[in-house]
Amino acid sequence: MNKNDHIIEVRDLVKRFGSFTANDHLNFTVSKGEIFGFLGANGAGKTTAIKILSGLSKPTSGVAIVAGFDVAKYPNKVKKNIGYMSQHFSLYDDMTVKENFRFYGGIFGLSRKSIREKTEYYLEKLKMQNFRNMLLKQIPLGWKQKLAFSVANIHEPAVVFLDEPTGGVDPITRRQFWELIYDSADKGTTVFVTTHYMDEAEYCERVSIMSEGRIEAIGSPGKLKEEFGVNTMDEVFVQIARTPLDPPIGGTDRGNSFKKQVN
Amino acid sequence: MLQIIFIIPVAQLLILAYAVTFEIKNVRFITIDHDRSTHSKKLINKFNGSAFFEYKGNAENYEEAEEMIISDKADQVLVIEPGFGKKLNTERTGSVQVITNAINGNAASLMSAYATSIIADYNREIIIEQNPVNFTGLPIDTKPSFWYNPELDYITYMVPGILVLLVTIIGMFLSGMNLVKEKEIGTIEQINVTPIKKYQFIAGKLIPFWVIANIDLAFGLVIAKLVFNIPIIGSLPLLFFVASIYLVVILSFGLLISTLTNTMQQSMFISWFFLVIFILMSGLFTPIESMPQWAQMIDTINPVAYFIKINRMIMLKGSGFMDFQREFWILIVYAIGMFIFSTMRYRKTA
Repeated sequence: MNKNDHIIEVRDLVKRFGSFTANDHLNFTVSKGEIFGFLGANGAGKTTAIKILSGLSKPTSGVAIVAGFDVAKYPNKVKKNIGYMSQHFSLYDDMTVKENFRFYGGIFGLSRKSIREKTEYYLEKLKMQNFRNMLLKQIPLGWKQKLAFSVANIHEPAVVFLDEPTGGVDPITRRQFWELIYDSADKGTTVFVTTHYMDEAEYCERVSIMSEGRIEAIGSPGKLKEEFGVNTMDEVFVQIARTPLDPPIGGTDRGNSFKKQVN
Repeated sequence: MLQIIFIIPVAQLLILAYAVTFEIKNVRFITIDHDRSTHSKKLINKFNGSAFFEYKGNAENYEEAEEMIISDKADQVLVIEPGFGKKLNTERTGSVQVITNAINGNAASLMSAYATSIIADYNREIIIEQNPVNFTGLPIDTKPSFWYNPELDYITYMVPGILVLLVTIIGMFLSGMNLVKEKEIGTIEQINVTPIKKYQFIAGKLIPFWVIANIDLAFGLVIAKLVFNIPIIGSLPLLFFVASIYLVVILSFGLLISTLTNTMQQSMFISWFFLVIFILMSGLFTPIESMPQWAQMIDTINPVAYFIKINRMIMLKGSGFMDFQREFWILIVYAIGMFIFSTMRYRKTA
């Protein structure tokens, strides 16, 4: 694959829950090795889209191809080729750092030797060699997030999905976290990341901004700022992502959808 | 947690084995002795001398006796009519009345049987006393012989059943809570985006608890032997083999519940619902054969009943595989069915 190959390809993706449309005809592509920021206000439909792309949930209609496989048809093949880190902390608190690596490495069918090497590699990179036998619950949040990212990369996935990976993390650790993201993108892993921090949006090569289930803008941060005639991504975001609390435009239906979203 | 897993079964075994008994001891017994003769004194002494009865004194009349029963100071009243001793001497007949508090029907019939047997014993003494030469014994002589539990020890009967209970409770709760706990803390989401196969995940959840429950069973057996001196006549490997199959049923059952629920509270509630029904209908306390037909029908899907039956057969009677084949194959089908069902119910989607 060269840089122009699309590792994620989404065509007319729709996801409905009853009468509520969470994803309304999404269309976009992400290239191999790209850092793609997937932005939007709370409840805009980002998590729903990530769940579909990672094979957790089936689309109502449309096609999503991730790492060469249709997510609706071959969810398990997709899962083999992706890493995932959710906004809920996802490592096991009652296992040690080493055990978490071994556990997830084992699930992806890595050999003992390769798990050991990977564990050492990441611990060294994170400068956490002394933490290897510590229980996860004894480790501060920011460090845990870096570990979670490393574990999500242990099987060298084609794409790694990060759902608000830096929520609640201090600015310094966030910066370190983004260094990890760049490292992994340099090695050819595509990074698909959602965030609410607009400074992080600037770090992405391209971003899309969702509002009420639709992608309203897509492009590099520089291009978007130019398009909207503003100086920061923050302003771009505010212009696009009307909060659902704004008075409904299309009658009561939107109000109802908002209630469902919140629930 | 590990300590709890081992302390709880020991506590259960020690408490339940002693506490869950239908034997009646220390029946609090009073008299209304209208006679006050040597005969009536002798009869009362016979009661007093029995290990089952605890003499609580004489009441003057029915009202006083009833008062004692109502205030729960007495369980049984022996009423001796006036002139009882005199009539025995002259007319060779006399009557007494035994009044038993029958709120607990089971206990009442036992108490009544005890009292009747003591009176029968006294009857026999009187016959011998009055007619020492001609008495050659009663025409039919019964010699009871109690097999498999010669001392009629209730603990011997209960402990094999309680052993089943403790692996059941441990197995059902550990498995029932575990998966749903992952749902609550969110780790299940991470598992669901990995290519792990559903049966691998369920097996991964099942095997550790299967090992723990088997160790618990071994632990319980040691205590049964050392503390209660319960005979283990049958084959231990056979016992563990059946236990292993049974545990797949129980653990899969627990896992099935936790695939169907979203919180530990729901899982706990449903586990309890099934456990209480399974245990009360398991034949641990009351024989399944004396349950109504519909209840016996329900019991055909009660795994606890099957294993209690098999466990008692192996431990107390030394039964072999052929003796409980039917129950065994039912457990096998149950185990396979439950494992497949819980695997199917586990959804790797969000």
